Amino acid sequence: MRIMRQLAFTLGLPVILIVIWWLATLGSTSFFVPQPAQLAAELVNVWLGPRLLEDVVPSVVRLIAGLALAIVVGIALGLTLGTVRWLRRLTEPLFEFLRAIPATILVPVLLLIIGINDTMKIAVIVFGCVWPILLNTIEGARAVDQVLTDTAKIYGLNGLRRVRALVLRSATPQIMVGIRQSLSIGLILMVISELFASTNGIGFAIVQFQRLYQIPEMWSGIVVLGLLGLGLSAVFRLIQARVLFWYYGSREGTGDGA
Amino acid sequence: MVLEDMESQARTAGGVPLLSVQKLKKTYSTPGGDVEAVADLSFELREGEFACLVGPSGSGKTTLLKCIAGLLEPTSGTVTLAGKRVNGPTKGMAVVFQEYGRSLFPWMTTRGNVELPLKNQKVPAAARNSVVDEALEAVGLGHVGKSYPWQLSGGMQQRVAIARAIASRPKVLLMDEPFAAVDAQTRADLEDLVREVWRRLGVTILFITHDIDESVYLGERVIVLSSSPTVIQQDLAIDLPDARDQLETRNLPRFAELRTRIYEEIQIAKRGTPAA
Amino acid sequence: MHTVSDAPHMPRSRRVRKPSARGASVALGIVGILVFLILWQSASIFGWVNSKYLPTATDVLTMLGVQLGEGRFWVAVGETLRAWSIGLAISLVAGTVLGLVIGSSRFLRRATHSTIEFLRPIPSVGLIPLAVILFGIKLEGVLLLVVYACFWIILIQVLYGVADVDKVAEDTAKSLGLGTFARVRHLVWPTLLPYLVTGFRLAATVALVLAITAELVIGAPGLGSEVANARSSNAITKMYALVLASGVIGVLVNLGARAIERRLLFWHASVLREVSA
Repeated sequence: MRIMRQLAFTLGLPVILIVIWWLATLGSTSFFVPQPAQLAAELVNVWLGPRLLEDVVPSVVRLIAGLALAIVVGIALGLTLGTVRWLRRLTEPLFEFLRAIPATILVPVLLLIIGINDTMKIAVIVFGCVWPILLNTIEGARAVDQVLTDTAKIYGLNGLRRVRALVLRSATPQIMVGIRQSLSIGLILMVISELFASTNGIGFAIVQFQRLYQIPEMWSGIVVLGLLGLGLSAVFRLIQARVLFWYYGSREGTGDGA
Repeated sequence: MVLEDMESQARTAGGVPLLSVQKLKKTYSTPGGDVEAVADLSFELREGEFACLVGPSGSGKTTLLKCIAGLLEPTSGTVTLAGKRVNGPTKGMAVVFQEYGRSLFPWMTTRGNVELPLKNQKVPAAARNSVVDEALEAVGLGHVGKSYPWQLSGGMQQRVAIARAIASRPKVLLMDEPFAAVDAQTRADLEDLVREVWRRLGVTILFITHDIDESVYLGERVIVLSSSPTVIQQDLAIDLPDARDQLETRNLPRFAELRTRIYEEIQIAKRGTPAA
Repeated sequence: MHTVSDAPHMPRSRRVRKPSARGASVALGIVGILVFLILWQSASIFGWVNSKYLPTATDVLTMLGVQLGEGRFWVAVGETLRAWSIGLAISLVAGTVLGLVIGSSRFLRRATHSTIEFLRPIPSVGLIPLAVILFGIKLEGVLLLVVYACFWIILIQVLYGVADVDKVAEDTAKSLGLGTFARVRHLVWPTLLPYLVTGFRLAATVALVLAITAELVIGAPGLGSEVANARSSNAITKMYALVLASGVIGVLVNLGARAIERRLLFWHASVLREVSA
């Protein structure tokens, strides 16, 4: 019974909205708004066909590559800056400025320097996504529990080993927060870089449809983007639950821990 | 057995003090001016001694402990362990903190936590495993090796911290109000556990507490600290029988005398000595 | 261990530094910026990057100075800020109102949860083609993008804020006969305010990014389209200068939002911390 109620809540509003949409477009041949059945058909026709390989895969690959690079650079740099105080002070104002530059506006710049290729698109994604990861890593590295740090020192955990075994582990919850933020930024940059100058990709396809006034197809592309965003969040949540099992466990706890 | 080596270690070197604190002074500079937390403190611990440190709140007990452990640099004065000057955290000193929840690594299992000092000492895996087993047995937690600290109760977590300290095979075990955050019944169990560990292993223990009864029950010697700026106010020998029992010992008339004496000292300490 | 939270964005705590240490950090910070500029200059002069594509730092900074004197520049900035402020305002109002309505009813919260979670991750920029078709290069197109993204940010923050209202206090208020409006004013609003203000800070940055992005791609008037124009007319140095200018505006918006946050929430003890770029 509870499952039925949960299902009703989850599907209720969406179903109502779809019904309203269907009713509103019944018999209309509006240029801008396709009918639900039409949109669903386009989704399948357009995106489950060859476009899956030609457009979706390259887009996703670029996004993942950019994110992965941003994560590695962000964490490495963040741990360094989080533990070495003078380095952090050195770079703080500079980074405050650099991260305030909207990453999308760098697309024309990178287009110029790197050219129209995958490297450019991945570079854009990295430049945009590294900031939340970097800043959250720094915060996490700075906020390691003092008692834990004292314990580590007493038992001989020092230097690089301490950074890996204590600082990185302790900062992981905060780092995950940063990574989650970078997911949405990455998606945006993936699309923008493809709108601008690309020969394939989801963003490229959407723009093509728009230029050719193929509206239902265009909408289907937007839906695909939404699904991609959802997919990313879902995968991220799974990974997060795995990696942070100890964090969630310790927060629920027996209520006894100090 | 590996842990028993510690006992034989303790029996060598007869009357030479193991831990020597000389003229220790620690001053903090705050925006409001200098605060002298610890002023001119000196004492010595023999090998295998169990000494308790009591003092009123704010008497710099934790500052003192951190200086001894090498976590804080004293403004002046020295701390010497087995003849060598302490300049930073050294192998040979283990600490059990009050906040057990914050001193155990939550992403490691109990075994992982207890094993930590051994890994850092580069002890090979086989030897590590047996030391960890023994340490966990010694604190009565042989069965929770695979659990995570946050799955255990407060008392058990503190036992894990004690096991870890034991596993590191220290010369001196520093304990900073370790049972203050635990309920009374668990505290009684843990007190007896510490006494037992001390007798079995012969390790030197410096036990800081604000609980007068606990200090008399546990220690061979109670050092009373004054309030800030902290110096040693009194150094009492506890001449209670070696075999301590929570009920019997605490009911002895001598116990009451000792605790009254210390209580009075604390009252004097609280009234404060005028700043030098 | 301090608590890190997934979703409720809470105001940050400030660290206090001694005056002498602050002086040293400022100096170090300036050194950092100078090192960056020197590296940039060298990259262009020594040809690490083709100087056709990367003008020297000095050239760009000079051009920036020139731009600051040109009316056209300020008109563009004005257009961007206009879109930014209108979009932000609309999102604030819509997000707060809808958030209060949904948040106050358990039924509504559960009913809308799945829809919100589905629509949230849709990147606002995916709507660009739609905006182009509907509005061409008009302001409304930019607003569509800005509002779509910022609305969700504010909505989520408000929902968390309302959910954070102390249940005991709420029951007490109800039993004391306080009407809905009084309850909102004395109980919900103070609890909600920190979340809302932090949402404002986050949305302010996102709004700026999206406004500029929309202008860049769609061609609506503003800083973004100036950058696009500069590129297509091969005024490379000008393009770089405008990019720097957008960074400066970004920093100002960021600092301004944080200042407002501090002002409004000076009394709020921050327990949860989150840092966002």
